[in-house]
Amino acid sequence: MSEFELIRGYPKYMRESIELVEETRERRLKEEFRHLSLEEREELLKKYHPDHKEGTKRPLKIGPNKGMIAPHEVIDLLEAHPLIKPEQIDLSQVDYETDILIIGGGGAGMTAALWAVYSGVSPEDILIVTKLRLGDSNSVMSQGGVQAADRPPDSPTRHFLDVMGGGHFANDRQLARTLTMEAPYMMKWLEELGLMFDKDEEGNMIELWGGGTSCRRMHSCKDYTGMEIVRVLRDEIRNKGIKCVEFTSAVELITDDEGKVAGAVLLNMESEEYSIAKAKATILATGGFGRLHIQGFPTTNHYGATMDGVILAYHVGALLRDLDATQYHPTGAAYPEHIVGLLITEKVRGGGAQVVNKFGEQFVFPLEPRDVEAAAIIRECWDRNNGVETPTGMRGVWLDTPMIDLIRGEGAFKKMFPAIFRMFSRVGIDPTKDPVLVFPTLHYMNGGIVINERCETTVPGLFAAGETTGGVHGKNRLMGNSILDYLVFGRRAGINAAKYVKNVRIGKLTLDHVRRYERWLEEAGIETERRAPLILPDYRGKKVLMRRIDVL
Amino acid sequence: MSEVKGLEVVEKEKEAKMVRIYIMGKEYLVPAGLTIMKAMEYAGYRFIRGCGCRGGFCGACSTVYRFIDDYKLYTGLACQTKVEDGMYLTQLPFVPANKAIYDLDKIKPTPNILLRYYPELARCVSCNTCTKACPQDIEVMYAIQAAIRGDIEEVANLTFDCIQCGLCTIRCPAEIQHYHVFQLARRIYGKYIQPRAKHLEERIKEIESGKYDEEMEKLMKMSVEELKKLYENRGRIED
Ligand SMILES: Cc1cc2nc3c(=O)[nH]c(=O)nc-3n(C[C@H](O)[C@H](O)[C@H](O)COP(=O)(O)OP(=O)(O)OC[C@H]3O[C@@H](n4cnc5c(N)ncnc54)[C@H](O)[C@@H]3O)c2cc1C
Ligand code: SF4
Ligand code: SF4
Ligand code: FES
Repeated sequence: MSEFELIRGYPKYMRESIELVEETRERRLKEEFRHLSLEEREELLKKYHPDHKEGTKRPLKIGPNKGMIAPHEVIDLLEAHPLIKPEQIDLSQVDYETDILIIGGGGAGMTAALWAVYSGVSPEDILIVTKLRLGDSNSVMSQGGVQAADRPPDSPTRHFLDVMGGGHFANDRQLARTLTMEAPYMMKWLEELGLMFDKDEEGNMIELWGGGTSCRRMHSCKDYTGMEIVRVLRDEIRNKGIKCVEFTSAVELITDDEGKVAGAVLLNMESEEYSIAKAKATILATGGFGRLHIQGFPTTNHYGATMDGVILAYHVGALLRDLDATQYHPTGAAYPEHIVGLLITEKVRGGGAQVVNKFGEQFVFPLEPRDVEAAAIIRECWDRNNGVETPTGMRGVWLDTPMIDLIRGEGAFKKMFPAIFRMFSRVGIDPTKDPVLVFPTLHYMNGGIVINERCETTVPGLFAAGETTGGVHGKNRLMGNSILDYLVFGRRAGINAAKYVKNVRIGKLTLDHVRRYERWLEEAGIETERRAPLILPDYRGKKVLMRRIDVL
Repeated sequence: MSEVKGLEVVEKEKEAKMVRIYIMGKEYLVPAGLTIMKAMEYAGYRFIRGCGCRGGFCGACSTVYRFIDDYKLYTGLACQTKVEDGMYLTQLPFVPANKAIYDLDKIKPTPNILLRYYPELARCVSCNTCTKACPQDIEVMYAIQAAIRGDIEEVANLTFDCIQCGLCTIRCPAEIQHYHVFQLARRIYGKYIQPRAKHLEERIKEIESGKYDEEMEKLMKMSVEELKKLYENRGRIED
């Protein structure tokens, strides 16, 4: 077993490559790798980004987005039977009657709830339902930070240009404008709530670089930015007395006889009992799709990231967009095996760490937009064969983490990245002394439900905010813009839903859209056993699943 | 072009070496190298409770364990801790604890404020059990002592990495509800003690005065080609 003997966390053959990284480090400190032009970026993406891999996507056969190209994993769920059958559900027994129903208790959902309260809706007239515990979400995991152009020489218009360029100019410009113009307000709001931002002694925000940005504007709370925001929002939700039902998922929307969305069918995850929530306005804030493991990739996402909101919205006929573009984060952990796919924040590169191959040489500017950076790493590993192979057959390149302390002084890494330091310490690796191995990991749903700047979807009564929506980021989101997204649009969803509920009358509740969906499937000749939304992935051992009998 | 081998190869490797663990007392043989969370799934558990982020950020997966022939009680996060041979384990997916309700806008950052909301703080017997229980290696007892002294800044800084897993709280003989105390301290610190960002105020004034509206309007109406040109030439501001 000597080949598996670990020296400070790494097998001997990996150590040999680390020595090369050490040898070149001194020289690389002064070396800046060239940025790619827009044209060069396009070429790299076409050849090496997983989105362009053949045989991984197909057009959707049904509904208002018929013909939309998306990964098989996404289409599979859109072309699946709705989880419930209308005849199973008794809509006459309403369990929760509320003004605003918020589906999803992550950043977008909690922000919406608070701003609905600020807009005059009583906390008792709001109901948050969420799959796991309040705050168990992608939001709690974000590490690196949040963008806001809040000091000279930066400006919201510069931020806007970065957002558009990062998104390949496919963004909804109105949404990108709203995002960037309202960013400073949202930072102010968090400050008022008592968020502990990284600041200097005078209170100025410490701001760092992010991939694809043209100015330092990344605000953070060490590398626990998302956790700090989520725990503050959750604390405030509880102070305000906003009602939240945990371990309860929305499995289908309900409409009234005029086609307005009027609540949802909920599932108690533990008892599997369904219940009916009737609402004047419904906000979808269900987040992304990492747990669909597009193309078999590992993911950074939380356990409940299964794209439920997109499915629910499509069942009632809401338009979707940009689901053809999937974000792979360039630097997921590639070693050791039990942390594969977990995120190493872009802030590490923003702080000065380079990405190098097995010879210790740079091959890409470390802060290209994410899709470009990821494609360059894939090329280095699988085309140029300059990656390091792990004992389990994965390949990766080095993220040269010891550079942080060299650039910023001893102790800087631990102070800036306690979460990453902890994650590697737990597996016996010291990232201040040794580089860490990385490979792209499935990270973010760029596309989603179409909204306007009031967070209205194309179906009346249905609002949406956060990762479940599309348009803000076009075909590729930049780091730090999705926390900003859930803050800006979460707020807008809350405010606009609060306005909307003042004048709306809900008619008779129905699930006719479910019957219509079944018809669409039939007419398109789709025969499948699949049902959606997925709610949770199933990671039980294969042997267990094969021998399982359903008797209890 | 790239072949992402990750998942299948990982499956194969798992076959390699097995360890014996006891989930709530029941014996299972699971592959070495897995986290407790993945090992439980391998054994057939499908989580609803006890699993959130799967990455060490949410505190949903608190776990306590012992080894055969070792009196010590260990704590950890199921998603971050590898299984070891002879582990007896159970998860603690929920810790009952009461959060004080307050209006942060009306709170004064006085030294006795934490004691006022959480008077049981004074019951601490300095046993350090909380510190030993913390999977984030936080100096929990020192933080509680600082809370008693009314040093809010110290509490906030010591506890910044708290993921609110509740392991300290369930172990504490003085029945202190640590993570709620810490949350209040951090919010008071962030709002009243940490200095405010003046540049934020100024930028908000600029936006409200319409300083960027005209340029934004132009950007809204530009053709994509013009926008691309502007983007390519925008330069990086190195300051
Ligand atoms: C590891 C990681 C690091 C990141 N780092 C950054 C960063 O540094 N900067 C940045 O800007 N962005 C970052 N992001 C992205 C960002 O965190 C997310 O895009 C954003 O938080 C999404 O917020 P959300 O509220 O829309 O969704 P989420 O936070 O995922 O919340 C969705 C909620 O809805 C619940 N839900 C889902 N389906 C249902 C259902 N059917 N019924 C009821 N509830 C449901 C979920 O359980 C969850 O609680 C990161 C993401 C990850 C995963
Ligand atoms: S466990 Fe409780 S009593 Fe013991 S040191 Fe910690 S806070 Fe004090
Ligand atoms: S301080 Fe307590 S609640 Fe916070 S991480 Fe440590 S053990 Fe968990
Ligand atoms: S599942 Fe979130 S910390 Fe383990």
